[in-house]
Amino acid sequence: MDESSSQPSPPITRRTLIAGAAVAGAGVILSNLPVDAQQKAAQQPAAAPPPPPTAPADPTKAPGAPTTAVGERSPFVHPQRAPVGEITGTSFTPHQDLEGTITPADLHFTRIHAGVPTIDPARHTLLIHGLVDRPIEFSVADLKRFPSVTRTHFVECSGNGRSAYRTPKPEMTPQHVDGMMSNSEWTGVPLDTLLRETGVKADAKWLLAEGGDACLLARSVPMSKARDDALVVWGQNGEPLRPEQGFPIRLLLPGYEGNMNVKWLRRVKLGTEPFMTRWETSKYTDPLPDGKARIFSFEMDAKSLITSPAYPEKLSGPGWWPIRGLAWSGRGRISRVDVSSDGGKTWLAADLLSPLTPKAAVRFERMWRWDGNESLLMSRAVDDAGYVQPTMAQLKAVRGPGTDYHFNGIRAWRVARDGSVTFEANT
Amino acid sequence: MSSRIRRVFLVACFAFAACKLDARNDYLGDKSPKQFGLGHAAPAADIAAQNIDVSPNGEGLPAGSGTPEQGAPVYAAACASCHGANGEGKPPYPQLIGGPRGNFNFASDFKIPRTIGNYWPYATTLYDYIRRAMPLTAPGTLTADQTYAVTAYLLNREGIVPAGTALDAKSLAAIVMPARDHFVQDDRRGSTGGKNVR
Repeated sequence: MDESSSQPSPPITRRTLIAGAAVAGAGVILSNLPVDAQQKAAQQPAAAPPPPPTAPADPTKAPGAPTTAVGERSPFVHPQRAPVGEITGTSFTPHQDLEGTITPADLHFTRIHAGVPTIDPARHTLLIHGLVDRPIEFSVADLKRFPSVTRTHFVECSGNGRSAYRTPKPEMTPQHVDGMMSNSEWTGVPLDTLLRETGVKADAKWLLAEGGDACLLARSVPMSKARDDALVVWGQNGEPLRPEQGFPIRLLLPGYEGNMNVKWLRRVKLGTEPFMTRWETSKYTDPLPDGKARIFSFEMDAKSLITSPAYPEKLSGPGWWPIRGLAWSGRGRISRVDVSSDGGKTWLAADLLSPLTPKAAVRFERMWRWDGNESLLMSRAVDDAGYVQPTMAQLKAVRGPGTDYHFNGIRAWRVARDGSVTFEANT
Repeated sequence: MSSRIRRVFLVACFAFAACKLDARNDYLGDKSPKQFGLGHAAPAADIAAQNIDVSPNGEGLPAGSGTPEQGAPVYAAACASCHGANGEGKPPYPQLIGGPRGNFNFASDFKIPRTIGNYWPYATTLYDYIRRAMPLTAPGTLTADQTYAVTAYLLNREGIVPAGTALDAKSLAAIVMPARDHFVQDDRRGSTGGKNVR
């Protein structure tokens, strides 16, 4: 029912769609899909990784492999997204397999609503029009000639954490719990710079950002955000954007829900009022217990997630273990992350291992001496607006069990006496 | 410096700073460009081809019209394979028709279906979305008349317009949807600068 679900839904195969279209009969001609897309479809879900090679007994006694044009990961590790669906699909970042704060671009989560388009950057343009003095079309090459910025920001789907909120299971990994948040270094031009080129009419209060995919995904953005820290980016983690991240250009609205960071950006139109697209009305609104639904809930509230120890890890025995995780806030900098090993009765501030920049994920760590008894690990983020990450119970009390986005309650991991670790949603 | 001269000087400084394109204040060859002059004036034909959005006040709706009766075969041919013969939905494709009406209690249970009649605040959004994104495997193939017709069909099935209604730019924008007044602005930030959990 809910295509923006962060829980696995039945895979959509292109073959069944085409079959369905054939049954539907005449009236509208539905196009066939490329054969290579069908072949890709057959590959899902991802095949089990091959067994690791046999390493020589002593790798210092013979020359190793040659250099290569493009490097690969060690055959001993297989971090993978968990893709679900094709045309309307999702894939989750495997937080349990990653280090530091930067998500490798090929493991950045994806949420697609009409497939990943193939776009020739030489033919792609960005049109800015509406309430401007001069409607302008920019080629990608034009955009790259502007003064650029390089900044680190997270992108999080506002549906991230839905399964943990609604249908939690002990056997959920960090990837299942919060895999729709990823953190990257982005390179691009401030949208404000482009708006100075076009000029902005005094009555322009909102803009429509539209993507060049097959659903022309469109969201309304307040002009205040456009003129603050919004970027039109072409670079991610040292390379051009990947196709599924918006190649050749995407909108980046630091701290705003992922859906608004429109990929394959092709058009920006300035207007006086929000445009009320499907994605900001029937989707990405938050039902509340008072019979209302919150609209334009853009900012992602502070959140944290312990990535280790976490399911499916098993601690080999009592002793020192690092509690590690990620914290982020869409409203500013993370100022503190507290961790607890007794289910929130006592808290200690964790070390913050990476620079504290606004609207970016930070890595936290706190060493923990496990005594072998059952323990309940938790983390709690605090941002520089003074917001403290709430418990799940607090969140459910104000939002209701059926609310649909912004699931930032405290996450917990239960460590059993045998060292096994499972997810605990009730905090 | 007299106070008047100082004032003029300060105003000049602010005016100069306001012309800057970013925080860096030195460009080779031109210290303070108002614009970089990149990109080209957008041709009217390009704007017209891309300017497809429809606003709640009806701005952007094209000429044309359609009735529920005209929309029924369009729905059957273009929509039913994913959304079901009666708009009941086929996961992950959403249910469009038949969600419960009367109490907007979606926060109590995520399984309550949110459909056009009980959750969509603006009828114009239907036209905008169908035109830009539907049908899924052949977006942009419906004519303006077909889009009005299938919109009229869906609204009729949800009991929002009577049979025989010919929807066009004017009548579609005039529809007040049942869910219209249920949407409230984001108040999470509250009066304490973001400390509240709401």
